[in-house]
Amino acid sequence: MSTLALWAIILGGMLVTYATRLSFLVLVPHDRLPLPARRALRFVPPAVLAAIILPELTRPAGTLDLTIGNVRLIAGLLAALVAWRFKNTWLTIAAGMIALWALSALR
Amino acid sequence: MAGIRDQLPLLLGVVPFGLIFGALAVGAGIPPLAAQGLSFFVFAGSAQFLAVGLIAANAPALVVVLTILIVNLRHMLYSASVAPYFSRLPLRWRGAIAWLLTDEAFAVASVRLQQADTALAHWYTLGTGLTLWAAWQASSAVGILLGARVPESWSLEFALPLTFLALLMPTLKDQPAVAAAAVGGLVAVALGGLPYRLGLICAILAGVTVGLAWEMRRASNSDRDREAA
Repeated sequence: MSTLALWAIILGGMLVTYATRLSFLVLVPHDRLPLPARRALRFVPPAVLAAIILPELTRPAGTLDLTIGNVRLIAGLLAALVAWRFKNTWLTIAAGMIALWALSALR
Repeated sequence: MAGIRDQLPLLLGVVPFGLIFGALAVGAGIPPLAAQGLSFFVFAGSAQFLAVGLIAANAPALVVVLTILIVNLRHMLYSASVAPYFSRLPLRWRGAIAWLLTDEAFAVASVRLQQADTALAHWYTLGTGLTLWAAWQASSAVGILLGARVPESWSLEFALPLTFLALLMPTLKDQPAVAAAAVGGLVAVALGGLPYRLGLICAILAGVTVGLAWEMRRASNSDRDREAA
């Protein structure tokens, strides 16, 4: 990615982020947020995170790979179990990375 | 001062994330200065992680900025909930508070705001926000320095989806949230071949729509059950 595109992202990211934070403090009166919008916001994190994770695990080389030979898929499933059971970020990262290294070494 | 003190426990969670962010950003090939620029100017943890993932996947700048916007829409909620306490402050105060209004600053400040005595609440919120900002800059910088020394064969970039997994699990609190995640994930996989990573935006919209529809249907079902009883 070019340096120009990177700084465009930084500038654009800054502007949209600041706009969301300024919104009801400065830009519009604070009693205007409609209820369905409030309810929908709760679903943004699970939808976004799953939409990033799942392709990373199932399409590591750009094409769908659901076989046992896909080490990222296996390591990811293992890390998901750890995340669900222990609810700990560091433990999840450690389990997933060790699984990835071990599986890659075995292959 | 109290704002700084009450933010300290949260720094335990924030500093490691800053370290991971810095290391991942340089691991994804982002120059150190731009990586620090994301922390300095955007100052929004989860959006910065998403941006790194998208930049690594060569998504166009517009898609990255659009994704940052969608992820940060939740800040509008924070803005709306603190606004009543600060509505009589001058514009520069509200502008400064808005700049520092992250998840963690909101979490700490919103508790304090509900405990009455709001005369000094703006100083409290400023203190808690600035503490967080400084910690985020320092931890990102250290992460960038360390990350630049990690060899590529370690596949450090895999820590990014793993970090997201750890963030995802606590959000799956009920059926509608699980539905939103399932639909978001499956649509993203199905549309993974689309150019410019447009599949991601479609997946987010589909996931949020299904989650909301699921919740509405559940609410109307329980209304009917109550009428029948």
